[in-house]
Amino acid sequence: MAMTEQRVSYTLDSSLETIDSAEEKATRIATDLGFADDEVMQISMAVREGAVNAVLHGNEYAPDKKVTLAFERTGDNLVITIRDQGKGLDLSKIPNPLAPENLLKTSGRGIFLMRSFMDVVEIRPSQTGTELKLIKHVHGPTAGGKEASQ
Amino acid sequence: MSMKVGSRQVDGVTIVDCSGRITLGEGSVVLRDTVRDLLSKGNKKIVLNLQDVNYIDSSGIGELVSAFTTTKNQGGELKLLNLTKKVNDLLQITKLYTVFDVKDDEAAAVKSFK
Repeated sequence: MAMTEQRVSYTLDSSLETIDSAEEKATRIATDLGFADDEVMQISMAVREGAVNAVLHGNEYAPDKKVTLAFERTGDNLVITIRDQGKGLDLSKIPNPLAPENLLKTSGRGIFLMRSFMDVVEIRPSQTGTELKLIKHVHGPTAGGKEASQ
Repeated sequence: MSMKVGSRQVDGVTIVDCSGRITLGEGSVVLRDTVRDLLSKGNKKIVLNLQDVNYIDSSGIGELVSAFTTTKNQGGELKLLNLTKKVNDLLQITKLYTVFDVKDDEAAAVKSFK
């Protein structure tokens, strides 16, 4: 995304390549927007985790289902939206990965990492898919992990 | 850059030198296969040298946990060596730093095995 553009979106396959591609796009765009190196890493990792959820848990690699990824600069925010076409995430079934009984689980840390790295994380599940919105303040505090809503 | 591993023996301890990215897909599979192969050959004292691992995602973290528990369940020990700041920070925020035995000196890591 060139600095002069306000919004760019991509429609991507439900594949491992999409996850790497989403991460690369996030790295490039965050760098272009002037984020510091550690913030670029946080944004790219949050996008990677969001793409993993969309491809694996949402679309379950289905070739007929797509992932849409959009980057938008609105005011002082970088707003990233990732949508899948899966059955919709059940937020009540997401365990706390920091709970002692979950520490040695081999999965379940993706949303936690997103919340750790972004200023706002919104998750809107529906029967036709899940929409994930990740927001990072362009000149705001880093890694606040504040959550607006689910 | 995908993940690469090489292993060597030091005083009965297997040092696995990892480099690249431990992420969903190839990186995680390489780590899983390497640890399983070592355990199947009776190498149960394992140190993962992560000095050149510059990126790890939640799947990679899960693979480290899996390697740790798999080794432990087979009567062995798996320790981590030379974490980069990024990996160190990730293990801190996920509270896994206290789960793993993390070393920053190879000789000390080797000596720490019983």
